Amino acid sequence: MNDESLTQIFINASLVNNFVLAYFLGICPFLGVSGKIDTASKMGGAVTFVMLISSVCAYGIHALLVAIEAPYLQLISYIVVIASTVQLVEMFVKKMSPTLFKALGIFLPLITTNCAILGLALFQTNKGYDLLQSMVYALGAGAGFTLALVLIAGFREQLEFAEVPKVIRGTVLTLMVAGILSLAFMGFSGLGN
Amino acid sequence: MNSNQNDNAGTNLAPTSTDEFIKGLWRENPVFVQVLGMCPVLAVSNTAENALAMGTATAFVLLMSNILVSLLRNFIPKEVRIASYILIIATFVTITDYAIQAISVDLHKSLGAFISLIVVNCLILSRAEAFASKNTVGKSIMDALGMGFGFIIGLSALGAVREILGNGSIFGISLFAPSYQEWVVMILPAGGFFTLAAWLLLFNIIKERRAAS
Repeated sequence: MNDESLTQIFINASLVNNFVLAYFLGICPFLGVSGKIDTASKMGGAVTFVMLISSVCAYGIHALLVAIEAPYLQLISYIVVIASTVQLVEMFVKKMSPTLFKALGIFLPLITTNCAILGLALFQTNKGYDLLQSMVYALGAGAGFTLALVLIAGFREQLEFAEVPKVIRGTVLTLMVAGILSLAFMGFSGLGN
Repeated sequence: MNSNQNDNAGTNLAPTSTDEFIKGLWRENPVFVQVLGMCPVLAVSNTAENALAMGTATAFVLLMSNILVSLLRNFIPKEVRIASYILIIATFVTITDYAIQAISVDLHKSLGAFISLIVVNCLILSRAEAFASKNTVGKSIMDALGMGFGFIIGLSALGAVREILGNGSIFGISLFAPSYQEWVVMILPAGGFFTLAAWLLLFNIIKERRAAS
């Protein structure tokens, strides 16, 4: 068991060990959909939502796997659960709010292959968080992911109007901005333990 | 998918298996050209040794899953193919995870959860979907070997630069005199972003030069 306080877990997950800028998790959507602030924040919201649900599921599965003494099934069962959670969320959103479903579009199914989700499930198991701690951890990680995505999107919107050499445009420029942002986030390390 | 278009446009009507191998090394290099599977690339490339180990593990999973997907391509129903591919990949990743733990506990510790995260490496799933599910076993093996070596080369190039600049050593062997001032930033996460940006920039410049001449 882990005895970190809930506030500490939240700050650690969102700022100090930001999933995107310190652990490099979820880089694919980070590079792909960080072009506009609007889509970036929606993507962040969807990811946070799936993170929260899969974090609870992962906690249950881990308890079950410990009970039946089959730790080698961990990875396989996590990925299956995440994939089906995403599918369920997709159906649920479609039924409840067709507008939101349209706005999220292709991003919703793509969350399955977002390493941040699986990473979160694995990290919380490794750290031995209990149910409440896991949920706070998921919320913190989601908030950090959204923050990084929105920040980068803001920079990229501004850079559209800047005159940069042609060879640097695109991925190279985004990576450089991400590097500088990652350095900036190092400043938060004093907040952690 | 980007790679799929390149498959059709870049090669002749009947590409030989050597072509399938070569394309992964250079023209469609997964790290520098397709920019796929970035999470492990950036996260564990802080030393050359970690990068090489991670690259080899990924290449192994890629090879095995390509073989199995290609063998089963006529049996897997279209509707559940992605789920089946992920299950196949997850199985081999679990095997790799336990194998690395058996070979070296230290290495397993320094790679941490990133071995398990090979499951969601977009490179492996994209090769299964774009190539292995449509081609024979032989071709899929060549494709996986090419992409796998391309990935190892990309990862090692990144890891070597970061270790040389950030630690003054390569594979743990000291390169410079003790007075060498290390670039600590290169070992930090930010260094991963900067190094990858620099490599991509180099590739862009080479491409630009070629297009111009």
